[in-house]
Order: sequence, then C-alpha cells, then structure tokens
Amino acid sequence: MKKGKNNDTIKKVLKYIKKYRISVILSLFFAAVTVVLTLYLPILTGDAVDYMIGKGQVDFEKLAGLIGRMAVIICATGISQWIMNICNNKITYRVVKDIREDAFSKMEILPLKYLDAHAPGDIVSRIIADADQFADGLLMGFTQAFTGVLSIIGTLLFMLSINVWITLVVVIVTPLSFFVAGFISRRTYKMFQLQSAARGEQTSLIDEMVGSQKVVQAYSHEDAALEKFSEINGRLKKYSLDATFYSSITNPATRFVNNLVYAGVGITGALFVLNGYLTVGGLSCFLGYANQYTKPFNEISGVITELQNALACAARVFELIEEKPQVPDAKDAKAPDTVKGEVVFDNVHFSYVPDKKLITGFNLHVKPGQRVAIVGPTGCGKTTVINLIMRFYDVGSGSIKVDGTDIRQMTRQSLRGNIGMVLQETWIKDGTIFDNIVIGKPDASKEEAIEAAKASHAHSFIKRLPDGYDTIVKEDGSNLSQGQKQLLCIARVMLCSPPMLILDEATSSIDTRTELKIQNAFAKLMEGRTSFIVAHRLSTIQNADIILVMKDGNIIEQGNHENLLKKGGFYANLYNSQFA
Amino acid sequence: MKELLVYIKEYTKECILGPFFKLLEACFDLAVPLVMASIIDKGIALNDRGYIFKYGGILVLLAIIGLTCSITAQFFAAKAATGFAANLRHALFKHIESLSFTEMDGIGTSTMITRMTSDINQLQSGVNMALRLFLRSPFIVFGAAIMAFTIDVKAALVFVVVIPLLAIVIFGIMLISMPLYKKVQANLDNVLGITRQNLTGVRVIRAFNKEQAELGSFNNGNESLTTMQLFVGRIAALTNPVTYIMVNIALIALLWAGGLQVDAGSLTQGEVVALVNYMSQILVELVKLANTIVLATKAVACGGRVQSILATSSSMEDGEYKETGSSKDKGGIDVEFENASMMYKGAGADSISNINFTAKAGSVTGVIGGTGSGKSTLVNLIPRFYDVSQGCVKVGGRDVRTYEIDTLRQKTGIVLQKAVLFRGTIRDNILWGNPDATDEEIIEALKAAQAWEIVTGKDKGLDYVIEQGGRNLSGGQKQRLTIARALVRKPAILVFDDSSSALDFATEAKLRKSLQELSYSPTIFIVSQRTSSIQHADNILVLDDGELAGQGTHDELVRNCEVYREIYNSQA
Repeated sequence: MKKGKNNDTIKKVLKYIKKYRISVILSLFFAAVTVVLTLYLPILTGDAVDYMIGKGQVDFEKLAGLIGRMAVIICATGISQWIMNICNNKITYRVVKDIREDAFSKMEILPLKYLDAHAPGDIVSRIIADADQFADGLLMGFTQAFTGVLSIIGTLLFMLSINVWITLVVVIVTPLSFFVAGFISRRTYKMFQLQSAARGEQTSLIDEMVGSQKVVQAYSHEDAALEKFSEINGRLKKYSLDATFYSSITNPATRFVNNLVYAGVGITGALFVLNGYLTVGGLSCFLGYANQYTKPFNEISGVITELQNALACAARVFELIEEKPQVPDAKDAKAPDTVKGEVVFDNVHFSYVPDKKLITGFNLHVKPGQRVAIVGPTGCGKTTVINLIMRFYDVGSGSIKVDGTDIRQMTRQSLRGNIGMVLQETWIKDGTIFDNIVIGKPDASKEEAIEAAKASHAHSFIKRLPDGYDTIVKEDGSNLSQGQKQLLCIARVMLCSPPMLILDEATSSIDTRTELKIQNAFAKLMEGRTSFIVAHRLSTIQNADIILVMKDGNIIEQGNHENLLKKGGFYANLYNSQFA
Repeated sequence: MKELLVYIKEYTKECILGPFFKLLEACFDLAVPLVMASIIDKGIALNDRGYIFKYGGILVLLAIIGLTCSITAQFFAAKAATGFAANLRHALFKHIESLSFTEMDGIGTSTMITRMTSDINQLQSGVNMALRLFLRSPFIVFGAAIMAFTIDVKAALVFVVVIPLLAIVIFGIMLISMPLYKKVQANLDNVLGITRQNLTGVRVIRAFNKEQAELGSFNNGNESLTTMQLFVGRIAALTNPVTYIMVNIALIALLWAGGLQVDAGSLTQGEVVALVNYMSQILVELVKLANTIVLATKAVACGGRVQSILATSSSMEDGEYKETGSSKDKGGIDVEFENASMMYKGAGADSISNINFTAKAGSVTGVIGGTGSGKSTLVNLIPRFYDVSQGCVKVGGRDVRTYEIDTLRQKTGIVLQKAVLFRGTIRDNILWGNPDATDEEIIEALKAAQAWEIVTGKDKGLDYVIEQGGRNLSGGQKQRLTIARALVRKPAILVFDDSSSALDFATEAKLRKSLQELSYSPTIFIVSQRTSSIQHADNILVLDDGELAGQGTHDELVRNCEVYREIYNSQA
C-alpha cells in the first residue's frame, strides 16, 4: 500500500523532471563518466607503482607517458563532475520551483471550503518547507544515490578484472557494516522518539509561558515556570545524550568494518603477491578500492532515508496540487461592469457538512439600494449568508440572483468587483499604508486615497505614523491596533465605492464614538447601494430596510425595526436585553 | 559568541577528553599506511608469510583500538554538547522571564521561541561536531604530511605545496558562498511571507479580484529564489571537482618524485604506496572539514542570535522596598498619577501624557476612551509593566519604582484584555493568583467572578483540565476564570483591562455587584469601551488621544465633558 503510494509520487516527480530531460541525460552521462574515470585512476596509480621496482629499476619513459595520461583523466573527471553537479542543481531547483508555482496557483483557485478547513500553517509548510526538504532530498539522491550505485558496481567490476578472490573478501565483509548500522539505528529509534517527545513538551511549555509572559509576570509565576522548565530540560538532556551518543556510534562502527576490509585486503593481497598472482601496484590499487568501495555503502543508507523523507514531502505537496479546484466560471458567464444591485435568494439550501443542515429554504428579495441587516446569536449562519453572496461557497440547491442573473452564471471577477466587503477579521498586506488602501483600485491617486482615509476616519491616526501614508505595515500588523486595521480596511472599500456593500462586523473593534462617526460615512456610502450588514451591536442597524433575524441557520423573523419590536419575538427580546 | 562558553565550562573535562580520544584514533589511522608499507617491503619482498600475518593482525588490532577510542570520544562529545545545550536553554529561559514588557514587545514571542528551540538545537549539533571533527581533520591533514616527511623528505615537499593551496581553495569557495546562502534564506523567507499572506487574506484577495496579481508577485519571488539558488549552487559545485583535481595532480607529482627517489634507491615501492595512501586520506578529511565548517558557521550564527537575546537586559531596575508577611495589610491602598507620561520604545509620540489623578483606597475608578486612546497603557503603569517616561506613579504613597517588583505585583491583581489560561486544571490556574489558597478561597473567588457555574457544569469540577490556550472553553468562560484568578489573591489593587467584553449585560452587572461586596475592599480600576460598565464608578477618567479629557462622576461628565457625552450618546 505504502509502496504503491511511493511509486505514484515517483511517477509524478518524474513528470516534473521530464521537462528537464536533457539535463537529466547529461547528468547521468557525466555521472557515469565520473565514476568510470575515478575508478580507473587507482589502476593507473597501481601501474605507476609497478614501474618503480627498486633502485635503478624505474622505467621513466613509461612512467612519464602514464603520468600524462593520468593528468588528462584527472582533468576530465573534474570537469565531468562539475557539469554533473551543475545539471543536478538545475534539475532540482527548477523542478522545485515548478512544483511550488503549481502549488501556489492551485492555492489561488482552491475553494474556500478547503482553505477554511486547513490551518494556514499546514498549507504554508507544504509549499515552503516540504518543497525545500524535497529539493534537498532530490539533490542528494541525484548526486549520491546514482553515483553511489554506479561506484559500487564499477568498483566490483574493476576489482573482479584484477583479482576474483580478493574481491570476494571485500564482498563478504562489507555487509557487516550494513548489519551494524541497521542494528544501531533500530536501537536508537526509540531514543530519538523519547528525545522528540521531550522536545515537543518543552516547546509547548515555552510557547505557553513566553507567549503569555505578561500574565506570567503579573502573577510572579516566573520561578514556578522555571522549575517546571528545568524538570523537562533535565529529562531532555538525558534523552538527548542517549540519542546523540548511540546514534554517533554508527560512524566509528562502520569505519571499523572499513578497516577490517582494509586489513583483509592487505593480508590476502600480500599473499597473492607472494604467489605471483598480483603485482604490488595491483595491491595498492586494491587498497584504494577497499577505501572507496565501502564509502558509498555507508552513504547509501543515509541517502535512502533522505529520499524516503523527500518523497513523503513531495507527496504532501502533490496532495495540495491535486486538490479539486473550485468550479470554474461558466463558459458563457456574464461579466457586467456594474450592476443595479437587486439580490434575490430563491429557495436556497446550504450546509458546510452534508449531514449538518444549516440554511434551508431561504428566500429573500432585496431591491436595489436597500439595506439588509442580519442579526442573531453566534453561529447562527450570519456569515454564511455573506459567504454565499460573495460566492466563497456555492449554494447546495436553489439560487442567488443579482439583477436577475444566477451568480453562478457570472464571472467571479465581475461579481466580486461589484461588491465591497469589510470583514471582522482584518487583513493587512505587507507594504505601505497607501498600498493597503488602493488594493481594490491600484490606479488611485494619493489624493483619492487620503480622501477615502478621511471618510473612514483613518486619516488622523495615519498621519501620526512615522512616515504617514508611506509607513510600512506588516501582515501581523503589530504596529497597528486592531481598530486601526479595521479603519484601513474600511478605507479600502470607501475608495472603490462599488454598487453593493457587505459589512460583516466591520466596526467590532472600533470604539463606539469613532464607530458613530464611521456610521455616518457608511450611511453616505450606502445611499443608493444595496448593502448587507452583519452586526452584534443592534444600535448600528436600527434604520435598515430589512432586518433578518437568524437562528440555527434559519430566518426566523424578517421586517424593519419597528415591526419586529411590535411583534415582540426573538428580536425584541434581543433588543431589550441590552438594557437589562 | 564567546560569552556562551560559560555554559560549557562545567564540561571542560569532556571538551578536552573528547578531542583527545579523537586524536588518538587519528594517530592509529595514520599508522595504517606505514604498517601496509612494511607488509609490502618486508613481508612480500622477503617472502615472509608469518610477517604478513603478524602485521595483518596489527592492522586488525589498530582497527579495534581505533573503534574504542572513537566511541569514547563520541561519548564525551555528546555529553558536552547536550549538557551545554541544556545549560544554555535553562539560562535563556530564565533570562527571557526576567525581561520587561518593553524588551518583550521589541523582540517578539515567535523570535524568542525559535531562539530557544531550533537555534539551540543547531548549536548543540554544532558543538558536537566541532568536538569530534575540528581537531581531528586538521590533525590528520597535517599528520599525514608529517608522516610523509618521515618516509621521504623530498617526496613529501609535494604535501607542503598542495595543503595550503587546498586550504585556500576550500575556504575561498566557502567565504564566497556563505553570504550568498544568507541571501537564499532571505529569498525563501520572502516566498514564505507571500504564501502566508495569501492564505490569511484569501477572502480579501478574492473579494478584490487580486488572485492574478498575487500569483505574479509569488512567481517573481519564486523565480528570484531559484536564480539565487542556482547561482550559489554553481559556486558550491566547484568545491569537489577542484579539490579532486588538485589532490590528484599532487598524486601525480608524488608518483614522479617517488619514482626519482626509488630509482636513486632512497625509497621503496611499499613506501610509495604509503605516500599515495596519505594523499587520499587528506582528500577525505578535507571534504569532512569543509562540511564541519559549514555546520560550524551555522552554529556560530545561531549562537550569535542566542547571545543577542542574553545580552538584552531588562530596562527596568528593581526597587528595594519589600513588604514582609506581617506588614502586608489587606485592603485597598491609594493610587496616584502625578504628571505621568509614557512613550513606547521606538514610538513617535507619547501614548499617554500628563495624567494626574488620585484613586483613594477602596474606590472604583473607571477608564474610558476610544481605540488607541491609552487606556491600557495607563493601567499597565500601576503594576509597573512599563515605566513612565515622565512624572510618576505612586502606590500607597510610594513611587512604584522604589518597590521590589515582586512586592508591587503581589499587591495588584490584573485581568488582561486577552483572557489567557494555561494547560492544567481549573484549580492550577486559579492558584496562579495565590499558591496558598485553600479550596474554600478558590470557590469564593470563582463565585465572586461569576465563574462558579462553569466549574459546577464540569463533572470534574475544579479538576477539570484546561487545554493549552484554554481551547476547550468559550471566550466568556475564559474571561470569568481569569477574573477569579485575580480575585483569589485578594489584592490591594484590582485592575480590569477591558476584561468583561465577552460577558453579557446581565452577568456583567452581577459581577459589578459582587466586586462592591468584596470584604477586603480593594482599589478597583475598570477599563472599558462601554459607558454602562463604568458609569457607577466613583471617578471616571476620560482619555482622548492619550490626554485626560476629563474626570469626575458619570453625571458630572455628562454635563461637562464633550468627549464623554459623545461616547455616552453613541451607546444609548
């Protein structure tokens, strides 16, 4: 099962690599050249040793020719190794770039349903960290796995061509190093688990205590926290020592096996020389091989883990890339530049999860320019209505029409372009204040931006910032308060002034006095525009044309403020509880 | 970086023994080619099988001794490295806890967490590797050269030429590529930033139809990342081929020089093989050395970052005034602000300026004002989370800066805007306020905070386990529990920093009532945006852009204070 999945991933990776097949062919070719030449060199060295038998018995003519040949081969090896490296770099980084790009462009068209259900950190780590890990593994695989396997085969062949029996000694002893390494890694696996568990525990303690330092200090809890930290730290130290030490035995152990191989080759080789089956140069060459031969073995086990890890990472990225995208715009979709703003909900049914009904049989007719307020307790589906109008989610059945056109028959771009939206959750783009205001109207002039900021009462705080409108703000907006961020988001919409408005708790973080002022600006903005307002402060919605009172996904009451109060139902209760 | 050495001092013995055993191992490694040479020159040349077996046995023995030495070395290195990391983590955690809010704001939580975790982990493996390889590799390189000299001086001159050249090439490439790797990292961070932004802002981006523009900026970032990676890659890709060529050209020179010496009779065939072996040992060690240096550079960078936090000292000096158990009298005390101004570090203007007022012992003071008007700043000055930049704040008639900070904070119970609870039972969390509180006292505090029903609603009662960050509680529940946590210490001063926003009107009214009935009648501060929360206060401070726009009772302010009237009317 797992193997099948790996094969699948490999196929997908190969598809990406295909684009760079010339580089791949070059890389493989030069890897082979490098390996063959590298292995050939010890033979030449051995020959050279054989040309110098003793005093007065050195054949300089042959030696000179040989050395010339060696020089050429050495340079050729170096160059082909370099070309191979460059090809590998190119393949790896280009492939990862392509994958990342695909993942990101997929992200832009994934339905909100997917994005809402997955933590941003998870998706980010797929596109960034996983892709990066994959690149590392792939590069290592290309440079080491292939040349490693080639070296092993090549060495065997070269050794066999010189002497079968000594080769056998090498072949018999080598698996020992695999065995030893395997034995150690099985034993250390558990220690590493303990270590990472302790690390996890410590990290979450740090996260908790450092993250809430204010409370820790306010209650003088530093010592207690430190005590707990020390306890975990002590344990971590112990586990860490175990894991580090036992795992670091691998290296000496495999080196030990290496040395045994070396000794074995030395003894048997010397005996063969005595019997005349081997020259001293041949022995020297064998000793060289004995050193080289075990190296790829030691590395390959590491490379395999690395590659497996890389494949697992790649699989996570591919999962994202292959996620089903949102329904594309209909082919004959309309794209009106502006709409009048008539919105009709026609028997709309919707739920986020199939077996948990939310909105059932929702009907509503909003005339152009009307103000619709949506109220109700948390979780009653207020924001869902907004999600449907913006087409962040599609209705389950029934339809939503704008100016008589089903919104699924409009391009998303034109639908959303006609709606200005301010949400409770503010979002600030990395860049200047100005950049953030003109996000919906990139060609706006500075004057227009200031005008919009004034209308949203953001101007007074912006001008007090160090660089005014050119102050750089960050996504986490740590240099702005929540209320200030909300003012900026309102300024954005003020600038675009689209024919329809959605205000979802748009002023929840703003103090009531400023809110009152913004309400006036909003009132001006809303004139002649269809608007949907979600608010928990009932004072802000009293003069809406239609108030929808929602509970558990249903519209339980509908009407204007006076009617609803007279009716003495849920709304009236809600309203009166404010003054209780 | 040097400053960090203190934390490894305890392991001085291990730091010496580790490399020492590593050197021993290296010595045995270096002896191998010599043994082999004598097998060739004596065993083979004299046709002596016994000799071959004897010296073959020595090779095996050398391998065993080498193994023992290196395992011993690994142990000492691992012990020193993990011990060092543990010491450092402890010191860093302790240090971070001692930093004042000003430094915390400047450094940021996520930075501190990475310093404590991944940076120290990197340092640990850096120290481990350094102890194992930093001495060994150069030792083998130079040792091999020296051994070559003992064999034959003239042939060994090749080593003298090639080793410095190799060092120059390897370090040269590293010096060039190291800063470039930093640029790669910066590029990667940029791509990460764009991705993260797109996820958090997905609704806004789609609402404004910015998908294509964002894709464009991602592709730009991605492309420049790749270009940078390829560029660095091309330089780094040079290392292996260049060293390979250099070492092997040296090998050729060695063969030629060896040939001359053999011809002259001053060198044997076996010794030439030994020389060749030394040359290849050098190549292997140089590659290892280069990798170690990369790791070490990273570790040094991490060390620098850790050190920079350790070097940040708290900008707040502790006062001396202490109160012992007996003089800790319960009940409210006076709080006075005299011309107090406060400017955050790096800010352009005062957050609050020239605030003057007195809160009498046992009185209730309301603080109201718009977003960013300085309400939180004002109350944060009372437990001395921040220091005033001008004027002074007095508690019990004494400047807060003269108090020992612990004593001062013991006097105050503050409920912050963001309700933070910790992993552990409800009881554990309440005990934060007063570790000595009995269950009766806890229950009393919970009842006063209108939080008792939360506890009775859980089948485990006080032993109900709260998850990290209080995930398994609603916002209102968390808020009431944090209030109980403040009440259980029966503080002289109680501060509510906009901490009843998640409570409904009815609960808030009940809470207000129970606060008035507290037996120890503390001095209470209530920060709020809602006039309804503070209109019954004895004195109300109205803040507007950091200035005191008025103070007095509700009725006075409605009559005299324009700002207050506006706020009040906006909520009616």
